Parts: sequence; structure tokens; C-alpha cells
Amino acid sequence: MFNVNQPGKRVILTGNEAMARGALEAGVDFCTSYPGSPCVEVADCLFKVSDSHNIYGEWSTNEIVALEAAAAASFAGLRALCVMKQNGLAVTADFLLTLNHPGIRGGLVIVVGDDPGAHSSINEMDSRHFARMAEIPLLEPATVEEARDMTRWAFELSEQIKAYVIVRVTTRISHARGNLVLEKFPAKAERKVKVEPWDRFLCVAPMHGMVHSRLEQARLIFEKSPFNVYTGPEDAKTVVAASGPAALYAREALELTGLEKKVGLLKLAATWPLPRETILEKLKNAEQIIFAEETDPFLEQNLTSLLALYGRKVYRYFGQFSGHISGQAGPGLGELNTDLLASGLSKVFGLDNPVKVPATGHLRSILKMSIPEREMTLCSGCPHRASFWALKIALEMDGRQGFVLGDIGCYTLGAAKSGFWLLRSIMCMGSGIGLANGFGQLHRFGMNQPVFAVMGDSTFFHACLPALVNGYYNSADFIAVVLDNSLTAMTGGQPHPGVGLTATGSSVKPLHIEDVTAGLGLRTVIADPHRIDDTVESILELLQEKGPRVVVLRKECALAAAKRERKVYQVKALQCAGSECGCNNFCGRVFGCPAISMTAESKALISDILCTGCGVCAALCPRRAIVEADLTEAKN
Amino acid sequence: MAQFREPYNLIITGVGGQGNIMASGLVALAASAAGFKVVVGETYGASQRGGSVASHIRLSLRQSYGPLVPYGQADVIISFEPLEALRTAAKYANLETVVIVNTAPVYPVSVILKEADYPQTEDIIEGLKSLAGRVFSLDATGLAREAGDPKAQNIVMINALSNCPGLPLRRCHFEEALDEFLAGASSEQFAINRQAFALAVNLG
Repeated sequence: MFNVNQPGKRVILTGNEAMARGALEAGVDFCTSYPGSPCVEVADCLFKVSDSHNIYGEWSTNEIVALEAAAAASFAGLRALCVMKQNGLAVTADFLLTLNHPGIRGGLVIVVGDDPGAHSSINEMDSRHFARMAEIPLLEPATVEEARDMTRWAFELSEQIKAYVIVRVTTRISHARGNLVLEKFPAKAERKVKVEPWDRFLCVAPMHGMVHSRLEQARLIFEKSPFNVYTGPEDAKTVVAASGPAALYAREALELTGLEKKVGLLKLAATWPLPRETILEKLKNAEQIIFAEETDPFLEQNLTSLLALYGRKVYRYFGQFSGHISGQAGPGLGELNTDLLASGLSKVFGLDNPVKVPATGHLRSILKMSIPEREMTLCSGCPHRASFWALKIALEMDGRQGFVLGDIGCYTLGAAKSGFWLLRSIMCMGSGIGLANGFGQLHRFGMNQPVFAVMGDSTFFHACLPALVNGYYNSADFIAVVLDNSLTAMTGGQPHPGVGLTATGSSVKPLHIEDVTAGLGLRTVIADPHRIDDTVESILELLQEKGPRVVVLRKECALAAAKRERKVYQVKALQCAGSECGCNNFCGRVFGCPAISMTAESKALISDILCTGCGVCAALCPRRAIVEADLTEAKN
Repeated sequence: MAQFREPYNLIITGVGGQGNIMASGLVALAASAAGFKVVVGETYGASQRGGSVASHIRLSLRQSYGPLVPYGQADVIISFEPLEALRTAAKYANLETVVIVNTAPVYPVSVILKEADYPQTEDIIEGLKSLAGRVFSLDATGLAREAGDPKAQNIVMINALSNCPGLPLRRCHFEEALDEFLAGASSEQFAINRQAFALAVNLG
């Protein structure tokens, strides 16, 4: 629906689809991205329609390459979009903070998805600081419709001031749906796409002044921006300054507390550089300012310093610093919502919080227990569970207290229950193998524990290659474990250089991971994690050796495999001995596959809805009581 | 149709992989066809499967609300799983809330690993009744299995929702939305989902 050419049609789009629509309505020519939640679908959408809209689209190997490629398109005169998650913006930092100097030609927009509450991230991070650090304009939509509008307008703004522009969204916009009215696609003009003999794209220190003046131009434009809106009484003594979805929560909280007739709402969407004159004008009658924003007190710091420098009076401030506006776990921790803002407003005005959480004290006695938590788990049939099981067994058999360093992907869950708590480090992309380079040198200090670093196949190409080269160069002692499920699973199954497909569906010769590592001079073996015994043996063999070694554990993602072919295993009830067996419900209780539960007689029971047919439980069962189900028979 | 009180808040909850997003998409489309401003907030995090998921759907005649329903303010909770119904009701229900719950449990890993117990379904229903106004329970997974695919339980549940007292949407809005959703589906999937929506689901 994001792609239909029906101007005036009222549709429902997700925030991510809306941003893709905004880029199409701006006539985007070039889109690059490395997949990352929450905003991965912005690029997914544009790649799907690359042919009909004449867009070049690519999954780049990582975010800095993506931004460099997008910048090149802009230098040559095209409109380019680069999409990434919060952590990806940090990956681009070196380029980001120098690209501001030469400026750009065609509109260059970065959509960055922040994840307050870390729903699909390992951390909370506020990307807005990068806009201030790079002295670059920042837009913060609050709704799905604004996400479309601002993405579209960002290209214009970028060309007007000759600087790239950052559109910062949060999970609550990316993963929201809302109404909007479609606008038309522009006729793409014949453009001269060329690097002129006089073009130079240089970051040199004397251009720093240009960076400042572009930012000042952006401020002048922001002073007139319709995206910064004040609502409420003109003479309000208290004003809530808010950005992003927090502005909507604030509006509803003002209604719920009955304060909307008394308190103004300054909804800011063009938040860096702050439109100084507009803000001073809107706040001229105010005496108290309350801040509502996620994640860091970005607006709060910038606005208070603006008012300290230019304001003509002393204001009282309520926000993260005063502790009045706070996430569930404390100021700046986790997401905001209407409840938390109603509670903050009530505290400021000394009111009873009108939002009541139901009383639940009695539930314990009804249930005879508290509500069990439902933690995230690897999918049933996930090859990572089998890989972690094999690693765990090999480490136990080796007996030297070897340990496993982790990385970013579905397999990050290896730090939790469904990966048998195996992973000992989780930080940024590529950090596991980086750490292994250090741990792998500590034998000279008497440490004799084997060091493993796991990485996904997409992560391997994203961030692991320099560390692997370093391992070869400096003879680090580690085993790199590539958990190769043949796609970027975590973000929905995007292809990468090892897959043989590009973002827009062209075939390309796959870059085999084992060829790359062998080319780097690293001893490499390959195993199928669903063949547990063979995998354990391969790992034990590598453990006898020294130096940088690689094992590629290759098995397609269970979700992808299940889409192609439906396979289900079942328990032969007569053969499963249940509590009599002595296996202690090994298949479910120990291996932890979510498709396996117990019957009242403690026999294993496999859910035909959840099972994806990996067959690992069949191999683990000591009584061979688990067999593949004949689905054709079941149907008849 | 009952008199409309602004905003109308629905929450669809379940376990990752149960088709929450398709269901919320259907409701959003139906509500949009009925002329409402619709905002949906999806919470699904990193887990394609296994974690709790929730869609907050807010209908309004005048403005776009934030994508999260405030505590205690759900008009309807539709849950694809008993435990998730209770988890959601414990935060968002009030004594007028209607809860529609699929009685087929999906066990958390801690239960599979025997580190925790799963409450009795009847205790969960009793807990729901103590938190909400009306509770309707049905074996949607079983009904979907009869329709041809147990995974179509989400459509059976939306079918049940379309009969929910006080809902400001009509069945025809859902039927249109379902047709739009199934436009690209295989004929088998089309038939199964249509059948799941056509089943007589009696809330009472």
C-alpha cells in the first residue's frame, strides 16, 4: 500500500512504510542500509519497489560503508537515503563527523531508529547527540504521518543547506501504524549525474566555519517550520516541551489530569539546531517548563542552556534532572508512556494521579503462584540452540574452563536460558572476536582457558574481518565460531554477501565464509550443528590445536527452512517411557526446545504448530521415541 | 452499535509467532474503513517467537493518540494465550473491560524446563474475571484446526472479536479487511482463513 500511485488515497501504513513512502514522494534515487531493528523495513520496502521507481538499493556490509556509498550518490547529484539502527549510527561515526565538512549535493538523509526500552537492541542509545556533535539538522517525527512528511521534507532541507539531515525515529514510530493520505510521486527530472572536474569532497579544518554557517541556515529555516507546534492557552504559566511520541503521551496525560486548559504543549520536531526565536516567543509567558522526551535529556539540556543564554527570566524546570519525568526504572531509563507522564504532571501540580493500575494483589491466591515470566527464546528448530549445545558439551569434555564470547544477532540469546547461559560477553557488532584477540594472547600470562568467539554470518562480514586478520597477524589463540544460518535472521531474513542474492534480488556469486577465512590464512572446518555428535567432535579436534582457528557451523535458519518445506516430528507415546526413562525429560527440560512439553504422565509431547522438523530431539532421545511425522497421512 | 466513547482501546496479545501483527492489521484496516483515525502500537521486540507480544489499537473520531493504551483503560483485550491474557489484564483491564481469550496454552521456556509451573486454565479465567467486566473463553486453536490449520487461531479470535458487545465496528468492515489482506494469499490459505472467519463463534 505504501507504493500505490493514488494521490489522495487514505491508507494505513506502519511508521517504517511511511518513511519509505516519504522517500518515494521525494523521488529518492539511491538507498543503502545495513539491516537493524526497529527501522529495517524502511529499506526493505524501498528495495521491493526499486525497479518500478528506478532506485538503486543495496544491503551494504555495514553502516559506515552504507553511508559512504550514499554520500557518493549525493556528491554526484542524486537523492540518497541511508537507513540504520541507533548502534549503526555509532558505526558510521568517523565518516559522519567528517562528511559534515565537504557538504553534499543531492539530498542526503539518514533515517536512524532508536530503541528506547531496548525492545530489539542490547542497549538504549540516544542518536540525537550525534546531530549535535556533527552540527547537523535533526528531525524527530511523533506520528506515522509526520514520519512520512519529515522524511520527504528532509531531502529538500538537505539540498537547501547542502548538509545531510538526520531523521530520528523510535520503535514506537517504526512499529506503529497510522492513517495518512498519500501524495503524488514526483516526475523524476533528467539529472546530470556527474563528478565535475572541479568537484572535491574534502574534509579540511578550515571548512569548519562552513559547517557552522550551514547549521545557522538550518536554524533560520526551523524558525518557520510548521513541524514545531504550540497548543494550549496563550498565557500558560506552565509549558510541556516534548518531542517524538512523548509529545502524544504528554497531550493525553494533560487531558487525563484535566490540565490541558492550564498547561501549554510545545511539540518540537525540528530539534537541532533549536529554533531559538520561536522558542523564546512561545515561552515568553511561561514560568515553568516540563520536559517529555525519550531517551536522554537532549531537549532538556539544549533548551535549558538556550534559555540560560537568551531567556529574559528565570524558569523552573521539571524533567529528568529534577526526577519528575521518569521511565519505569528511573529518569531516562526505558520508554515513557501516558501513565508515566500523567504521574509526572501529577507530581509537579500536587494532584492525585488519575491513571490507576488495576489492583492485582489477589491474583497470587487464585493462581497459587505468581504469573510466570515469558522470556525470549530461540525458535524451535533453531540451529543456534544445537550449536550452543554442541559447544557446551565440547567445553565440558575439554575441561579447561574454556569460555565463549558473544556478538549481536538472534544468537545473542546464547547469553540466556535458551543458549545455556554460554555467552560471556555481549557488546557491539564484532566485539566477541575483538575480545578473543586479547584473551587469545593471555597464555603468556599463565591463562590456559580456551577462548571461543561466536559470530553470525552477517556479523562476520559486518565487523569481524579486521579482527580475524589481526588474529592471523598476531597469532592469537582462539576459535572463531561462525553461526552461519545463511541470512540476516534477526531482522527478518535479509541476504548478505554469503547468500548469493542482492537486496533487489539479483544473483551474485556468493562469498563463502570458509573461502574468506582460508584466504586469510586461518585453519577452517565446517560442521552441521544439527548433527550434534559430529559438531562436538570437530570442536574437540580444533581444541587440540593452537593459533587462530575457525569453525563454520552451517544450517539454514529454521524459520526460513519451514517456509519452504513443512516437517514435523512426533513422539511415539508407547516408546517414550516418561518419568520411568531416566532421561529426566531430556528433549524438553534439558535441551529446552519450546515445541516440546510434557503430558500428565511426564511423556514428551511435540506441538505440531511449533515444531519445524529439525530432528535434533530425535537424535538426543535415548529410546529413539521421536520420529518424523508423516504429514500426508495426517492430512487424509 | 453502542455509543462511542473516545478513544476506544483494544489490545491484542499473545506469543511471538501467533499472528498478532496480522490480527492487529486486520482490526486497523476494519476500523479505518469504518472511518476512525487509527493508531496501532506493536510491541514485539527481538523475538520472532517465544516472547510476549502486544498490539495496542486506539480508535478515535478526532485525533491520533499515542501508540500505547494507558494502564487500566483497555475496552477490549483479545488474547491468543491464557497467561498473556492475564498478564495484560493485570495492567490494562478495568471492571468494564471485555476479555476474549483463547484457552490453548503456549508454555514459556521456564515451564518447559520445569523451573516454573503453568497455572490451571480455570484459575487463569477466574483471575481474568476478577480483573475485567466480562470474560469470553474459547478454544480458538481447536476451532482453527477444524477449519484446516491451527495457526489460523488468530482469525478465529478476530471472528470472535467481531461479535464483541460494544465494539464500534461491524462484521462487514472485518470482511472487507480480510479480503484485502488475503489478496495475495494462496487459494488454500484464502479458504482456510475465510473458513476461520466464517465459523460460528458464540460469545456467551
